[in-house]
Amino acid sequence: MEFLGSLDPILLARIQFAFTVSFHIIFPAFTIGLASWLAVVEGCWLKTKKPVYKEIYKLWVKIFAVAFGLGVVSGVVMSFQFGTNWSVFSDRTGNVLGPLLAYEVLTAFFLEGSFLGIMLFGWGRVSDKMHFVSTVVVAIGTLFSAFWILAANSWMHTPQGFEMRGDGILYPLNWLEIVFNPSFPYRLAHMVTGAYLTTAFTVGGIGAWYIWRKKFKAHGKVMLGMAMIMAVFVAPLQLVIGDMHGLNTLEHQPAKIAAMEGNWEHERAMPLTVFAIPDEEAETNHMALEIPKLGSFVLTHDWEGEVPTLKEFAKQDRPPVTPVFYAFRVMVGIGMLMILTGVIALILHFRKKLFDTKWFLFWCMALTPSGFVAILAGWFVTEIGRQPWVAYGIIRTSEAASPVLGEYVALSLMAFIVAYTIIFGSGTYYILRLLAKGPNTDEAPLGVHQKKDGKLKGAKT
Amino acid sequence: MFSFEGFLDLPLIWGGLLAIAIFLYVILDGFDLGVGILYPFAPSDDCRSRAMNSVAPFWDGNETWLVLGGGGMFAAFPMAYAIIMPALYVPIILMLVFLIFRGIAFELRFKATGIGRKFWDYSFHFGSLGAAVFQGLILGGFIQGISVEGRSFAGGAFDWLTAFSMMTALGVVTGYALLGATWLNMKTTDKTQIWARKCADYLLIFVGFFMGLVCLWVPFLDAELHQRWFQAPFIYYVWPIPLITGALYAGLIVSLMREKEVAPFLFSIGLFVMGYIGLAISLWPYIVPHTVTIDQAAAAPESLSLMLIGAVIMLPVILSYTAYCYYVFRGKAGHEPLY
Repeated sequence: MEFLGSLDPILLARIQFAFTVSFHIIFPAFTIGLASWLAVVEGCWLKTKKPVYKEIYKLWVKIFAVAFGLGVVSGVVMSFQFGTNWSVFSDRTGNVLGPLLAYEVLTAFFLEGSFLGIMLFGWGRVSDKMHFVSTVVVAIGTLFSAFWILAANSWMHTPQGFEMRGDGILYPLNWLEIVFNPSFPYRLAHMVTGAYLTTAFTVGGIGAWYIWRKKFKAHGKVMLGMAMIMAVFVAPLQLVIGDMHGLNTLEHQPAKIAAMEGNWEHERAMPLTVFAIPDEEAETNHMALEIPKLGSFVLTHDWEGEVPTLKEFAKQDRPPVTPVFYAFRVMVGIGMLMILTGVIALILHFRKKLFDTKWFLFWCMALTPSGFVAILAGWFVTEIGRQPWVAYGIIRTSEAASPVLGEYVALSLMAFIVAYTIIFGSGTYYILRLLAKGPNTDEAPLGVHQKKDGKLKGAKT
Repeated sequence: MFSFEGFLDLPLIWGGLLAIAIFLYVILDGFDLGVGILYPFAPSDDCRSRAMNSVAPFWDGNETWLVLGGGGMFAAFPMAYAIIMPALYVPIILMLVFLIFRGIAFELRFKATGIGRKFWDYSFHFGSLGAAVFQGLILGGFIQGISVEGRSFAGGAFDWLTAFSMMTALGVVTGYALLGATWLNMKTTDKTQIWARKCADYLLIFVGFFMGLVCLWVPFLDAELHQRWFQAPFIYYVWPIPLITGALYAGLIVSLMREKEVAPFLFSIGLFVMGYIGLAISLWPYIVPHTVTIDQAAAAPESLSLMLIGAVIMLPVILSYTAYCYYVFRGKAGHEPLY
C-alpha cells in the first residue's frame, strides 16, 4: 500500500477515466452504426420478404445484444465516475452539464433499454411491423444518446453560455448556447459518421470472410455490398466533415491543432508533417518527413497562411504533443484507407468482380477492426489535445479530482482492468463464435410465428 | 432565461423525483437481483434457465433507473453527488464491478456451454449477490451520515463500514431475494414455482426480522430522529406507517399460504414502499444525512427548471413504454434461449 499511496491520484484518476471511457466508447460506437444498419436490413426484409435479410438480422441482433450489454455495464460505471473520481468537476459544472446528461438518460437510455427487449426477444410476441418499429426506436435512441453526450463533451471543449460566480461554480445563462456550442455540430457529425463507417467495415469484413469461405455466400454478398456503399459515399464525406471539424478546432483550440500538426515554430507557411518524432524537451521534431507549405494550405487554404505554434503557449498550457501527434496520423491514415477501399470497390463493381477478387476480400477482412482503431485514435486526439484543461480555459484537470487517496484510485483502476479484460475477452470470444457459426438458414418458414398467446414454445402452463 | 423558481419549490420537486427514480430502481432491479441471489439454489438447470429468462428482457431497462439515479443526482444536486460519491467510493466501485459481471452474464450465458456456462451462472449469482450487498452497505453508510467540510467529503475511506451498514446490507439482500422469489412465483410454473414459494416462506422471516431491526435502530442513530418517531406532534402523523407495514406483512403471509401468484409480489413491493417512506421521513430534509439539505445542494434554478420540462414530458412516456414492454412479455417464462 505504501507504494500505491505514493502515486499521483490525479494521474491515476486520469488513467482510470481514459481506460473506462475508451473501453466504453467502442461499444456505443459499434451499436450506433449497428442499430441503424439493422433497421435498414429489417426494412429490406419487410419490403422484399427475402429470407436472407431476416437471417442476417437475426445473426447480427445477437451480436448487437452482446455489444449493447457491454456498453450498458461500462456506461453505468461512467455515470458514477464523474462523482467518484472527479467530484470537484461535478460540483462546479453540475448546473451546466447535469441537465444535458439527464436529458440523455430521459430521452435515450430508457428508449434503448426498453425496446431492446422487444428487438431481441419480441419475435412472435409482437407483429413484424411492431418489431421493425422497435428496431427503429432503438436506432433513434442511440442517436439521441450521441446527441446529448456529444453536446456535453463539446461544451467541455468550447464552453459558452454560462457565468462563473465568486464561489467557482458555473451557472447557466443560455441553454441554446450551451447545447449548440461551437464545436458540437462538427463533433456530432464526425462521430456519428465514424460510428457508421466502423460498423460498415466490421460488417463488410465479416461478409468478405463468408464469401471467401464459400459458406453463407449470399449473406456475405449482402453484407459486403452494403458496406461498400458506405465506403464509396460516406468515407469521402467523413474527410470533408473531419476537415471542417479541424478548422473549427483551429479557431477555438489552437494549441490542439499545433500539437496535431507537431508545429513548434512555423508561424506561416507551415509544412505538412507526414511523420516525425516530436521531442517535447527540446521543442522540436526529429526525423521529420515534411511537405513544404501544405499544412498551412490545408488549414487556411492559403500557402502562406498563419497557423498556431506550440511555442506560442507556455509549457504548462500545452497538451502532450506525442500522443496527439501520432493518434491524429493513425486516424487520418485509416480514413484514407477507407476512402481507397471505396474507390477500389467501385472499380471492381463496374468490372463485375467485386465479390470474386480474392485479394480484395482479404483486404476487407484485414480492415474489419479498423474503424474501432480510428475512433479511439480520434478521441485520443481530441481529449488529450484539450489538456491541461478539463473544461477548456475554465477548469484545469489538476483542480477537478475528488478528495480520494491515490491507493484507492489505483486499486479501483486495477479492479476495472481485471473486470473489463474478462468481460471484453469473453464478449469478443462469443461474438467471434457467433460470427463463425454464421446465420441460421434452416428456420421455420417466414411469416409463421410462434404462438401468439404470450407463451413461448416449450413453456409449461 | 426561464426559471420556475418563483412559483415552484424546485429542490423539493427534484428531491421527490430523485427519490421516486431510486425507488423504482430498487423495486425493478431489486427483483432481478433477487432472482440472481436465489439462482444457484434452484433445483435444476432447467429452473435456472426459466429464472433467467423471466428477467432477461427487462434487466437493461431496470438498470437504466440506476443511471437515472446517479445521473439525476449529478444533475439536480451536484454538490450532494460530489460529496456522496467520494465518501462511498469503495462500495460504489465494488457494486459497479459486481453489476458488470451480472449484467453481461445475461448476454453470454445462453451462448456458452459446459464450463463457460457454469462460469456465467456463477457470474450472474455472485454479481447479483455482491451488487445487493454493496447497495445495502451504501444505504447504511448513507443513512448513518457523512462527514463534510465546506463543499466536500472529509471523512475516511471506510467510514461506511459499521455494524449498522452490515445490518442494512443483510436487510437489502434478503429483501431483494424476497422480491425475486415472489417474482418467480408469479412468472414460472411447476417445480420452479414451488421452489420459489418455499424460498419466499423462509425469506419472510428474515425480512420481517431485519425490517424490525432497522425500524428500531434508525431512531436511535440521532436524537432528532428519535424525536421525529416517538414524540408529539410527529407521532400523530407517523403511527400509521408501522401499522400498514404490519398489515402488508400479514397479507404477504396469507397470500403465500393460499398459493396466490400475483398478490405476494405486490405485497412485497408494498413492504418496500413502506420501508422507503419510513427512511424518507427519517432523512428529510437532508440529502447528505445530517449535514446538507436538499435546498443547500440543489442545482441552479435554471438547471432544475430545464430538467423539469424534460422530466414532465418524458417520465410518463418512459413509464408507459416500460409498461408496454412488461405487457409484451406477460405470462410465464420458458426455459429455452429466447433468441
